Amino acid sequence: MKNQVPIAEGLFSWPSPNPALLGSRCKNCGIAAFPAAESCMACSGQDVEIEELPRKGTLWTWTVQQFMPKPPYHSNETPQTFKPYGVGYLELPGGVRVEGRLTESDPEKLRIGMEMDVIFDTYRTEENGDEVISFFFKPTQA
Amino acid sequence: MDVAIVGIGIHPFGRTPARSGLQQGAFAARDALKDAGVEWRDMQFAFGGSASSGNADALGNELGLTGIPFINVANGCATGGSSLISAYNAIKSGEHDIGLVAGFDKHDRGAFDADPASLGIGRWYGEVGMMMTTQFFAMKIQKYMDDYGISKDTLAKVSEKAFINGSLNPNAWRRQPIEVEEIANSMMINDPLTKYMFCSPAEGGVALILCRGDKARQYVDKPIYLKSAVLKSRRYGSFEVFAPSQALEQVDGPTVDAAKAAFEMAGVGPGDMDVLQLQDTESGAEVMHMAENGFCEHGEQEHLIQSKATYIDGSMPINTDGGCLANGEPIGASGLRQVYENVLQLRGDAGEHQVPGDPKLGYTHVYGAPGISAVTILQR
Ligand SMILES: [Zn+2]
Repeated sequence: MKNQVPIAEGLFSWPSPNPALLGSRCKNCGIAAFPAAESCMACSGQDVEIEELPRKGTLWTWTVQQFMPKPPYHSNETPQTFKPYGVGYLELPGGVRVEGRLTESDPEKLRIGMEMDVIFDTYRTEENGDEVISFFFKPTQA
Repeated sequence: MDVAIVGIGIHPFGRTPARSGLQQGAFAARDALKDAGVEWRDMQFAFGGSASSGNADALGNELGLTGIPFINVANGCATGGSSLISAYNAIKSGEHDIGLVAGFDKHDRGAFDADPASLGIGRWYGEVGMMMTTQFFAMKIQKYMDDYGISKDTLAKVSEKAFINGSLNPNAWRRQPIEVEEIANSMMINDPLTKYMFCSPAEGGVALILCRGDKARQYVDKPIYLKSAVLKSRRYGSFEVFAPSQALEQVDGPTVDAAKAAFEMAGVGPGDMDVLQLQDTESGAEVMHMAENGFCEHGEQEHLIQSKATYIDGSMPINTDGGCLANGEPIGASGLRQVYENVLQLRGDAGEHQVPGDPKLGYTHVYGAPGISAVTILQR
């Protein structure tokens, strides 16, 4: 089995049999943030705890990135193999709206309010063979 | 203490391969000094900014080293607005009588590079392709269109008007009108926004001479008074660019906050304004900024834009010099270009792009990463 590494430490639980995005919640005002922060943007409080964010949510807004970004963009693509990708904010009930890449990139198949699942998959493969894992939002199958 | 603008200068926007960004800034500064009938050595202070053409205080090497306090300002797209506010306060406080504000830049082609680390965001955010201002504007207008019934055709019409106005402005970069169909059908960049709905990084320079209101008539017959200059940053809960997450409960953004404070400071209201320059880094931004600045209710833009109310001869002229869409965006100079344009308009010197009816009050607004807005109100 290939070595799988998360794209950033602390972004989501990994490795885990049931991974989830990790947020911080302020013990003073109850506001959640992603990625987990050491202080609260809402009330300036510093007493926060890490929690797993919901694995399902609704699409709050979206767009499709039609051209290949310049670095720091880092995928395995070249300008020739680049494929447009969707980006959106997923509203996670009781948590926050998290921005992420969508597995769907067809504008005809995206609409505000649709249900999506948070999934974890290989984003790119490093030269040493490591698979870099990131999070994606995938339309919930009916 | 009233603060007046007694000199304005500009280096044409667009592409000028023969001149560096700094030289374009110096060109604009000399133009402004000449306009006010003063010399560089008369300046008691200066504020300036540039995002990618070095420190603004290097202008001293071009204009002469006179020993004045020259402070470099860096505040993203609101760099020009921030310099202006700093100069405004330097005079209003009584510290100085007269000084210069300058902004210039020269950017490469293509979308702006942004470094996540400089904004306190992890590198992963850029690696997966979300460190893009264009995506934010696309997602914001996508949501706005869904909430308030703005059509794609209206987005194209904002750009159509910008290029018409640019064709009337000799200092603009894009001086050819473009048909609305061509705008709508140009390459999709970030749905729903196409290539001709976005402004591009460009080059240019602007300089202004500010002085005490009670001394303004020593320099010019038609001083323009800066009635308010306000900068606000985001509060928790506003939807901003470069945000890996955002609050479930939304609050008003910095544009709404800055507009309210500016109207209060000037003692006037949105209905009193005769000419508006609103940040139009893409056509959707102009639509949303109309309402966020208080010039209409959310959703009314559809009718206002379709009925050409925002044209130069309309009831609510917006971006009369072609805005960012027709001028491109040299970051350091962009906000000052709006003020330059409003001074021209209030003096009645805007030529082919002059708003009719002897305008008395002008409004400018810029928005920038990671959630700041600067507003000015000028009065003849
Ligand atoms: Zn808190």
